[in-house]
Order: sequence, then C-alpha cells, then structure tokens
Amino acid sequence: MTDNVSIETRNACVDFPIFDAKSRSLKKAFLGKAGGSIGRNDSDVIVVEALKDITLSLKEGDRVGLVGHNGAGKSTLLRLLSGIYEPTRGSARVRGRVAPVFDLGVGMDPEISGYENIIIRGLFLGQTRKQMLAKMDEIADFTELGEYLSMPLRTYSTGMRVRVAMGVVTSIDPEILLLDEGIGAVDAEFMKKARIRLQKLVERSGILVFASHSNEFLAQLCDSAMWIDHGQVRQHGEIEDVVRAYEGDDAADHVRQVIADMKREEDEERAS
Amino acid sequence: MSAAALDHGPASDADTGPVVSDSQTFRRAFQDLRDGFAQRELWLNLGWQDIKQRYRRSVIGPFWITIATGVQATAMGILYSALLGMSIKEFLPYVTVGLIVWAMISASILEGSEVFIANEGLIKQLPSALSVHVYRLVWRQILFFAHNLLIYVIMLVAFGVWRNLTWPDLAAIPALALLVLNALWVSIVFGIFATRYRDIAPILGSLTLLLFVLTPIFWSTEALKAQGGQVADRAKIAELNPLFHFLEIVRAPMLGKDQQAYHWYIVLAITVVGWAIALFALRKYRARVAYWV
Repeated sequence: MTDNVSIETRNACVDFPIFDAKSRSLKKAFLGKAGGSIGRNDSDVIVVEALKDITLSLKEGDRVGLVGHNGAGKSTLLRLLSGIYEPTRGSARVRGRVAPVFDLGVGMDPEISGYENIIIRGLFLGQTRKQMLAKMDEIADFTELGEYLSMPLRTYSTGMRVRVAMGVVTSIDPEILLLDEGIGAVDAEFMKKARIRLQKLVERSGILVFASHSNEFLAQLCDSAMWIDHGQVRQHGEIEDVVRAYEGDDAADHVRQVIADMKREEDEERAS
Repeated sequence: MSAAALDHGPASDADTGPVVSDSQTFRRAFQDLRDGFAQRELWLNLGWQDIKQRYRRSVIGPFWITIATGVQATAMGILYSALLGMSIKEFLPYVTVGLIVWAMISASILEGSEVFIANEGLIKQLPSALSVHVYRLVWRQILFFAHNLLIYVIMLVAFGVWRNLTWPDLAAIPALALLVLNALWVSIVFGIFATRYRDIAPILGSLTLLLFVLTPIFWSTEALKAQGGQVADRAKIAELNPLFHFLEIVRAPMLGKDQQAYHWYIVLAITVVGWAIALFALRKYRARVAYWV
C-alpha cells in the first residue's frame, strides 16, 4: 500500500497534436460549443487544447464526480489523473495504484476463454496471477456465467462481456479508482448487483473520480462534483450546487432528492 | 533546454510550483524499463498468447512456424546451391541458420517500428510502462526463434554439422543475447519515431527488404572472395552492412565455423550506441507516445 495516496496537478495542460489537420477545418471548428479549443503550438502544429491549467489536489477519501458536455475534457482529465497522459505543460503527480475503468473491452482477447481473460485483465490492472486465481471463484459467481467461462470470449454477447469485465474490475482493491461512464449493456437485475459491488469497491478505494451523465449515479457514489467546461475546471463544490449551475434547478432538486433518499435508507438500516 | 524538437513546448516552465514535472528525466526512463520488466507475468503471458493466437484451432499449432521456415530454407537452399554450384551438404545448413537469424532481425525492425501503433488501445486505456509492449514483442520473437531452432537441430543431425561444433561455439549463446538486447533498443527507438512519423514504418519495410538481399544469406562472402579479382573486392562491400555482423556472430558458431573477433566489436559498439539513443529517446519522448498513437 502506498502512503499518502494523492493526486496533485499544477497548471496541467493536455494538448493533442493533430498532425494531419488542415487549416481549413480549423476555422469551422473554432467556435464550436463542444470540444477543446484549437490552436497552434510553437512548432506550428495544430493542437487541440483538451485540458487547460488544471490545478487540483485530491487526497485519500475524496470522491469526485465530473460533469460537463461531451468533449469538455472529462475523459481526458481521467486519463491525466491516471498517468496515461503526462501534462504537456504544467505538472501532475499521482501517488497510489491506479485502476482505470474506461473501456471495459480493452485488453480482452476474444479467442481465449473467459477464465483466461479474467486473469489477463487482472494482470493489466496490476494484480498477480496468484491473486487473480484466488479471486476466481468469487468473480465467476458474480458473473453468473457458470460453465460458459471456459468458452472463448468471442462467443459471448456484449452484456456477458461487460459482466466479465465488471467482475474483474470490482474484485480488485485500487488505491485510486477512475471510472468513466458507459457501463451499460447489462440487464437491470445484474445492474443492481453491479451497483452494490461498485459501491463497495468505491468504499475500498482511496480516491474516486467518476465521470457520468447520470446525476443519480453521481449523487450515490460521490460527495463532491467538478464541472469541466472547455478543458477547464469551471466549478468544484457540493454536487447539488454544481449540478444547479450546470443543468439548472430541476436537476439539482433531483440530486437533493436522491441524497435525501440515501440518507433515509441509511438511517433506516441503522435503526433496524 | 531549448524549444522541444518535435511538437511540444519546453516542460521547464513547470518548475514554478512544488510539483515539478519529471516527465523528461532519465530517472523516469529507467523507471519505465524497470516497471515494465516487473510486469513480466503480463508480457510473458501476452507474448505466448500472441503465438498461440495465430495458430488457434490448427492441429499442429505454432509448429507451422517451424514448417514454414523449414520449407523456405530447403527450397532456397537447394535452388541456390544449384545456381551457385555449391555442395548442398554445406549450403543448406548455411541458408537455414541465415534465414532463422534473419527472421529474428527483420521482425525486430519491422514489428518494432509498429510496436506502439499496434498497441494503441492498451496505451490509451491502461496506465502501464511503455516498455511492457517492447518486452512482449521481443519475447514473442524469442519464442518464434525457439520454434525455428528445431529446424537447426534437424539440420545438425541430418548433415552431420554437429561434428564441426566445438566448445568455443557456445559463443552462439552470448551472441543471441546480444541480438535480443539489440532487438529491445531497436523496438524502443524505431517504435517511438515511427509512431510520430508514420512514414518511417513503410521506409523501414523497403529498407529491410533491400538489406535482406545485401546480407549474405543466400550467398556467402567466402564464395565471392574465392572468385578473386574485382568480385573479391566487392565482398568487402558486404562488410558495410551492419546486419551482416549481427548475422555472423550467431551463424559462425552455430555452424562451427571460424569466428572472427571484429564482428563482435562492431556489434558491441552498435549495441552501446543504440541503447544510448534508446535511453535519450525514452527520456525525451516516452511521455509523448500516448499523444502520438
């Protein structure tokens, strides 16, 4: 375990060089609402400034939800926080073992069995083979796939693949958990089960950063929110306030409702 | 540091804050190599999986590698021994060893230049050391080579080459280790630059083909020298080809031929220079690869 699990960035910028962009398309894209701003760097290569001057400091126990338009930079921010993108300007320091859950399909091999995929996927997330073997029964149980796990992954439906991926991801103990939305494609009953496991995973992890368009989900998993707009942090604070500024009163009221519901449920649980 | 050569500003303007960017330091370059190596459970597994993948559901599986090389070596060996008037008994083992060593060299260059491009998904989705992909690739090539070695063993017995082998021929083992060491830096250097400049991979493709013809695999420098005169002088041109020396340090001991030290010196020098370039490339551009893929 790492002491002082933390993420710190200081004026971190992420500029993507677009080597094959023509300047003609530049004019068109310049004033668009979605997406980062487009400019040129000092070598005259067109760059998309996906993130600009991100300064933040997260420490153990922080649960942050990211909101913002498509292309506002939420996913890029998650990749910056995971260390995949090191800032082009400014700096970022990540302390702790990172478990990114961006694309559930990546690192999955369609030709090998579900069991083997569980192990490989675990290795990718920094586990050892031994650790994964120890967790195998539990994961197999969770996926409810039974004998099917010994079949090659290409015979699985999309939903079944998501089950395998979710089973692995929720079985590990990350210090920093970075979740990107789009964990769909599973039936409602499984989703309920996944949600409980996801919540437990969040409780186990030191830091959570979660990007989602579902305010309800956000309110359930996070205790603060960050509004990302045009690659910058526009607002950081209570979920309700941020959602109110971003989406308006209706959405904020809904968030308050969800939080109140959760509290009541908790109280009831405690009482019984 | 002056303005960065490729496409990003100097990282030095970060040193105003308490958190200083260390993206472009040797420390991070070495750490990448170390962390990648520590994940050997992963890349050993993936490299082996790559091989099995290619021959999935085929009955003899990866031994198709052996058979394909065997057929090629035999056909070419017979053809060229007839064309050049050499004895099959000597020429066939020569061609075989040449081919399997060349297969490893050319794969290092060709697949090495694609190593990061081919792993785009993994690089963008999972934070891991860049070197993991390089180790996986080189491990796969070692496994390929191991399969091909089977033909060598058959040739050893079939043509009685084993009678030529003596203790000094164990030099083939460190020679192979050098080959692997070079495959690593080649993959790092070409991998990084071919990711940034997408023309490099096709250029290397043509160049490798050219070098294949220029490297004495189907012909030998001895045969040229034996002809005397101008042709013998031309044999010296082959010495300019660096790959010839790599081939020679492995092939000569494997066939039990006379070994010459100067091949080793050249290869060692290339290894040192190559790794120096690789470390500089890792230092400066390691963090850029995720942006370029």
